[in-house]
Order: sequence, then C-alpha cells, then structure tokens
Amino acid sequence: MSTATLIEPPAFEPPVVRLSGVTKEYPGGVAALRGVDLTVERGELLAIVGPSGSGKSTLLHIVGTLDLPTAGSVTIAGHDAAALSDRRLSALRAQHIGFVFQAFHLVPGMSAQDNVAEGLLYSGLPRAERRKRAARALERVGLGDRMKHRPHELSGGQKQRVAIARAVVGEPDLLLADEPTGALDSASGEAVMELIHELNQEGATIAVITHDTEIAARLPRQVRIRDGRVVEDSGPRGPLGSGRGAPGAAEGCGPETAPLPGEVR
Amino acid sequence: MSGRPVLRPARLGPRDILHTGASGMRSRPMRVVLSALGIAIGIATMIAVVGISASSKEQLLRELDKLGTNMLVVTPGTDLLTGKSVPMPKDAAGRVARITGVQHVGATGSVPATVRRSEKIPDTITGGIQVQAATDELLTTLRGTMRTGTFLNSATGKYPSVVLGDVAAGRLGITSPGQRVFIGGQYFTVLGILDPLPLAPDIARSALVGWDVATGRLGFDGRPTAVYERSADASVDRVHDLIPRTVSPRTPRDVGVSDPSAGLQAKAATEGAFSSLLLGLGGVALLVGGVGVANTMIISVLERRYEIGLRRSIGATRGQIRGQFVTESLLLSGLGGAAGIVLGGAATAVYAVSSGIPWVIPAWAVAGGFGATLAIGTVAGLYPAVRASRLSPTLALHSA
Ligand SMILES: Nc1ncnc2c1ncn2[C@@H]1O[C@H](COP(=O)(O)OP(=O)(O)OP(=O)(O)O)[C@@H](O)[C@H]1O
Ligand SMILES: [Mg+2]
Repeated sequence: MSTATLIEPPAFEPPVVRLSGVTKEYPGGVAALRGVDLTVERGELLAIVGPSGSGKSTLLHIVGTLDLPTAGSVTIAGHDAAALSDRRLSALRAQHIGFVFQAFHLVPGMSAQDNVAEGLLYSGLPRAERRKRAARALERVGLGDRMKHRPHELSGGQKQRVAIARAVVGEPDLLLADEPTGALDSASGEAVMELIHELNQEGATIAVITHDTEIAARLPRQVRIRDGRVVEDSGPRGPLGSGRGAPGAAEGCGPETAPLPGEVR
Repeated sequence: MSGRPVLRPARLGPRDILHTGASGMRSRPMRVVLSALGIAIGIATMIAVVGISASSKEQLLRELDKLGTNMLVVTPGTDLLTGKSVPMPKDAAGRVARITGVQHVGATGSVPATVRRSEKIPDTITGGIQVQAATDELLTTLRGTMRTGTFLNSATGKYPSVVLGDVAAGRLGITSPGQRVFIGGQYFTVLGILDPLPLAPDIARSALVGWDVATGRLGFDGRPTAVYERSADASVDRVHDLIPRTVSPRTPRDVGVSDPSAGLQAKAATEGAFSSLLLGLGGVALLVGGVGVANTMIISVLERRYEIGLRRSIGATRGQIRGQFVTESLLLSGLGGAAGIVLGGAATAVYAVSSGIPWVIPAWAVAGGFGATLAIGTVAGLYPAVRASRLSPTLALHSA
C-alpha cells in the first residue's frame, strides 16, 4: 500500500477491489460465500450474475464494506477492510464507494436535489457546495428539470436515476448497484443501463448485480456466482488488458462453466 | 490517489445535525404533535404552579411596597404582675411625634358607645362594630384611601360626624356619605367610607369619630389605645427603641411596639411557596411525556431501518446515526417543552388577569422547565438511538 501511494504510474495502482478467499457464514451455518477471489481494476464495468440465493448481494455487502467476511481478505481502494474500525469503514464508504439499490431508498418529502446532496452529507463539504454538486449530478443523469420534484412526483426510472446521481455525486472509486433495474419496466431499465455505460466510459468503476442475462451480456465482464462460489469470470478487460482468467476463477467448478440453468430469472 | 493513507469521517456541522434530526419529523407532523403533548402538559402544569404562586407573591410584595415597612404601632402593654392592660398617657401621640425622624403620627382610642343604623334597633345589637376616636392624621399615617367621601379633619372632627370602615359600613347598610347612624344616643352624619387597611385591619370594623366629639359627647377618656407612627426608613429601628421610654419614661416595659408589615411579609413568603402536590403532578405528566417520546422514537427507528442503512452506506458513522436520533428526540421534547412554557405562561396570565394580580413567570422556572425537557429528551432518545446505530448497514440493500 505504501509503495502504491508513493509511486503514481498506473501499473502500480492497486486494484479498486481485491478479494481473496472470502467466505461468509451467517449464524445458523448458512455459507453464503465460500472462498471467493475477485479483482476489479479501475475503470471496469462488470456484471455479477447468478441464481437467486447464490450470494450476489452478500458479495456486494462485503465489497461495499457494509459487512465483513468470516474469512479471507478484502482490500478496497488499497485499504484493508479488516484492519479498519467501524468509523474508518464509514469514512471509506463516504469517500470511495457509491451504492444504488433496487428499491431506490430516496428520502420521501425531500426534493431530488436534496436527496442527491444527501449523498455528500457525510463528506465534510459545506451545504452550498453539496447542493451545487447535486445539481450538476442531476443534470448529468438527465434530470436537470426535476431538481425540485419530490420522489413521489417522479417515475420509477427517474427515481433510480436520482439514486444513481446520489451514488456518483461524490465521485466514488467504485459504484455498486444491486439489481438497479429490478423494479423498473424494460424501457426505464434500458435508460438506466445506458446511463451506467456512459458513467463507465467517463471513467467510473462499476459493478452491477443483475438477473437479466441480456443486460449482463452487454457488459464488458461477467462474474457468475453459484452456491457462494465464482463459477465463471470473463476476466478484467479494463485499461490494463490483463485478459481472462482471474486467479482461481473456475477453481473446483470445472463442469459448470457452461451456461447456467439456474440463471434464467 | 486511491490509497489515501488517512480515512477519517467528516464531522457534521450543527446545522447538518439539526437537518438529520428533523428529517424524520417532517413527514409525520401529527405524531410529532401527539408525542410532544405529554411533555407540554407536564411543563405547562409546572410553569403554571410556579407562575401563579410567584404572581400572588409579587402582588403582596407590591402591596407591601405601597404600604411601606416603616410604620410602627404603639399599644398599651400588659402589667407583668397584674396581667392587666396598662393604659397609655393622653399625650402619647404628641410624645411620639416629638421623636426625631418621626414623620406622621395618628391615633385611635376606644369609645364606650355603640353604633346602630337607627334608635329603633336595640343597643345590644352592635354587629361587632367598635366606635373609636381618631385623629386627623390617622389616614395619612396608615396610607389609607377613601372608598367614598372624606376623612375627618380638624373642623368636622368637632361635630357629630363619622367615618366608617368598609366592613362596618357593610354591616350597617351604609353606602354613601350623607346617611346617618345612631351613636351613643345621637345621630352622626356619615362623612365617608374607608377602603380596606391592610396595616390596621381592625379599623375596617370601626366607626371613627373625631377626638373632641368623643371626649365631649361620648364619654371617651382621651387615652389612645393605638398610636400609629411613620418614620424615615433609616430611622425605624432607632424610633422603635425610643418609643417605650418616650411614651412611658417610668415603666417603658408597659408599652408594646409592633410592626404590622411583618405579618404581610411572612404571608408573602408563604404565598411564594407553591403546592408541592401540584408540582409533583406536573412531574408525573412530564415523566409520562418522556415515555411517550421514547416510544415514538423506538417506532421511528423501526420504520426507518432502510433510511438508517442508506445513511450508513453513504458514510454515516454509528455515532452520527446516534446523534441523529438523539437530536430528533431532543427536538420532539424541546418542542413539547417550548409549547408547555407558552401554555403554562398563558394559564398564569389568565389567572392573573381574572384575579387582578400582576403576571410573573420566574426566569428560573422557564430555564428549569426547559432544562428538564432537554434532559428527558436525551434519556428518552438514548436507547432508540443506540439501537439505530447498531442496526446492520446491509439493511438498505434488502428491498423494502
Ligand atoms: N442475514 C442473513 N442471515 C442468514 N442468512 C442469510 C442472510 N442474508 C442472506 N442469507 C443467506 O445467504 C444466501 C445468499 O443470500 P444473498 O442475499 O446473497 O443471495 P442473492 O444471490 O442476492 O439472491 P437474490 O438474487 O435472490 O437477491 C442465501 O441462502 C440467504 O438465505
Ligand atoms: Mg440479492
């Protein structure tokens, strides 16, 4: 980590996400993740796909430092999550990670602009600056004319775009989206995915959980999960071009690299 | 740039803390009102209890201020051996008047006669009204006022004319000057009726006649039974010491000197002591209000699990979540406290206006009441806030 901070060339820049041997067992003996290795380089756009209950959301919790693994190591933007206190993890999320949820989670009764500005509340920026950046982010997602609208005055697709604006307003190193189109009709979902592609082209590193195979197929990289294991990883195709085969991608799961039956809806 | 070595959560400014604390209240105004109500009632009760007693005390103090505490009454003492009252000399008032520092002297003396509405009423029915001789300066010395008519003066005091105390006038059925009453075998014309005299309450039940008329026509022995004296504030103590020797140089111990304002002062002190029972009732209401706020807060935390998860995912620390809910609790109870102070003040005002006394709310009661609400808000909010801060941040990712 110290070398990475001293030397700037991109080759030595740490990956945005590095998981190795991550296992998550819930009390009661449910193992939601069993030894996941995953590396995400800066500028990547990847889909995390898998059948229901396979551990996708659990993986996202751990990558987003909302939860800690029972075993294995998690390094986000060069910070070892296990070594950080809850306070520092909060700061890590405030500075480096943005979340988009299937259910939007906009604060009711608050204007779109204020909802987006809320994404910067814990960043230490003064209020006026937060609102200014929120306005810019809303314009970026194409809702410059809906600043004063409150959530109940927006369509589902618009709400999700407000939520995306809230997630990116702090310019995080990593944007995590759990089924961002899950609650939307196909047209709105399409628009949201287009926005995600655009944000990635502008440099954002984004991981999207999705059930939709079509959506997943259009993303540069797919990570398939099944029973808590990564069963297929099309590998990073980021600016580094390190090609396929992330370490341990299909380990112990040989026969299942073919199209997955459980993945259809 | 990615491996920034320091990760330190940013501090929220006071305005942002207030903003997060108020975020839950905006969407549910009715609940805010209802949960603040209990505290409002408690504080209102306490403020009203303290306010009403403070107002009553203020009223007495103002009265005392008007009447002054610089008046002394000289009365016949009792002989230590015989236990009998020792009459004062006829010139007692004149002697007191010669003491340096004495400004006004008035006297009354008991007249052995009865007063009746007319001669047709038997003289055994006195109605408890005393006939007393009075000097001209009595009213000035007592700082008394006339309800109607005029007081005795050097001219009218020589003729059969009378001034009635307010109780005496009521018992005799006299309402205006010019009417006549029957005293000691002849009719006296009523000159006026007195207002109540807080410093000499027995005069209210008296019929006052001039000194000369009393001695000349009613068999009065000319010995005063009470001499009222007013001096400069600074010389009250000295005058107090000099009076017995001046009035009765040989037996100074047979002279009684008292300060009638002392009783009023004691009364003011007891008025200021409020009913602890009512205050306790207010305390119970306050406690119930606090429980109501705690209950509201627990529900608020349950309802807003997703918002809490969201805030944690945005970067709120546990401490900041705790702060948000303690702030909300403080706002709720503070609102109730402020409303209670206004309500209690209004109740006191209504009481004060309806009983014609000044309106006083002690600052310490307001500060204490508000302090109590803040303490209650903190206690009521602490447990829900701790619960909120311990909720798993992954909650936000579950679909609602
Ligand atoms: N808090 C929890 N306690 C116990 N078990 C849990 C908990 N959360 C998830 N699990 C279990 O962990 C496994 C993985 O759950 P997860 O939510 O990660 O699945 P998912 O891939 O996101 O599924 P879906 O596509 O339906 O959202 C499931 O078997 C689930 O029952
Ligand atoms: Mg899920």
